[in-house]
Amino acid sequence: MTQNLIKERGAGSGSETDKRERIIKRVVRELRNGFYVNLGIGMPTLVANHVPPGIEVILQSENGMLGLGEYPVAGAEDADLINAGKETITEVPGSSYFSSAESFAMIRGGHIDLSILGAMEVDEKGSLANWMIPGKVVKGMGGAMDLVASARRVIVTMEHTSKSGSPKVLKQCSLPITGFAVVESIVTELGFMRITPEGIVLEEIAPGLTVEEVQSVTEARLIPSPTLRSMDL
Amino acid sequence: MNKEVATASEAVADISEGATVMLGGFGLCGIPENLIAALVEKRVKNLHTISNNMGVDGFGMGLLLEADMIASHVGSYVGENKLLESRVIAGDLEITFVPQGTLAERIRAGGAGIPAFYTPAGVGTVVEEGKEIREFDGRRYLLEHGLTADFALIKAWKGDRIGNLVYRKTARNFNPLMAAAAKITIAEVEELVEPGQLDADQVMTPGIYVQRIVKGARYEKRIERRTLRSAKAGAAK
Repeated sequence: MTQNLIKERGAGSGSETDKRERIIKRVVRELRNGFYVNLGIGMPTLVANHVPPGIEVILQSENGMLGLGEYPVAGAEDADLINAGKETITEVPGSSYFSSAESFAMIRGGHIDLSILGAMEVDEKGSLANWMIPGKVVKGMGGAMDLVASARRVIVTMEHTSKSGSPKVLKQCSLPITGFAVVESIVTELGFMRITPEGIVLEEIAPGLTVEEVQSVTEARLIPSPTLRSMDL
Repeated sequence: MNKEVATASEAVADISEGATVMLGGFGLCGIPENLIAALVEKRVKNLHTISNNMGVDGFGMGLLLEADMIASHVGSYVGENKLLESRVIAGDLEITFVPQGTLAERIRAGGAGIPAFYTPAGVGTVVEEGKEIREFDGRRYLLEHGLTADFALIKAWKGDRIGNLVYRKTARNFNPLMAAAAKITIAEVEELVEPGQLDADQVMTPGIYVQRIVKGARYEKRIERRTLRSAKAGAAK
């Protein structure tokens, strides 16, 4: 019912593309000049196309590169130059290449300012689940566990509920977790949430929605921030 | 000194049943495709492989899988291979998943004579099961062990006859780590040159780690996901 309500009000509605665009537009505001950033596979890769003017960030790819550029134009693709999603990419001036050990040494050593990645579930403690669904074939965690354990800030971007409408922001993750108490904040199409020792603080809310409406599609208790703002984009 | 071997088949001739083999590459990028092809021809069974991924159906390590040569595998992500899924479901293949950074460091440590190290990756997850946990400065870490192998099959861009190697772009990945971690490291290169022709300041893997070097006869260098600028919206799904 609330799902329908949210749809009617407009803010949380729209196609998957609309939701994703809203999420990406909000999360790029967390970028700061000079940041070294790692983007997870899937929706977070779209961040690369929406870096605000005047902000310069250097993107790290876990397979051994700093300075990821755009996708190549047809004919310029290079089998030796791919990102962590195995997509062909290009380099920017000032790029560098290194081994997988060096790549994760810079991740583990806390040199990555910001890691943005997707999740299936996030909970009140800041644990996230994004690598394994019991009963389905396990494909592996790739570099996600290393990244969330060591990046200075971990931000999860995801749709607020699953395709079937069930909450993804939970009291406690039900799926096997990728990292324990590692997430700093969550961006969904419905709002911006920060994980604190007291619980999940709703800092920004999509225009036209009430806290109660967002709470009704969230299993974890949301603490409205005293400075709760509209998530205008 | 001359470590050059004439053909990939000759280079892998002594890899026998039950051997532990590391294979370089990330996805299909920087994989030793000529050595894999030669190994597939040998049809040796029960190999224990260590590699970040497992190729795709019909290419890379996927060929070893199709020839039913792999008994167990250690890696971080195998999601690009459908045959592998069915093998795992059928219980034909034992897979151990290791967080990618831990995998890289375990191989690096193995090659550097470090038996084990502590890392924060996987703390509080299923990865910590059965492992020693120790606290340093109020933070929990897992004890992870170094990895070594009987053979490492790696790929570089250029190499000389004494085994010095230079890699190109993101095709470096796990290759230099594995070079140091195996008893016998076999490197295949696109260009094989005389000692002195590589700039000594640019050598990425010193020849001491390489026992055999072979010029790859043919490179397909298959691209897994050809994403282009004009197709950006569709590609970044």
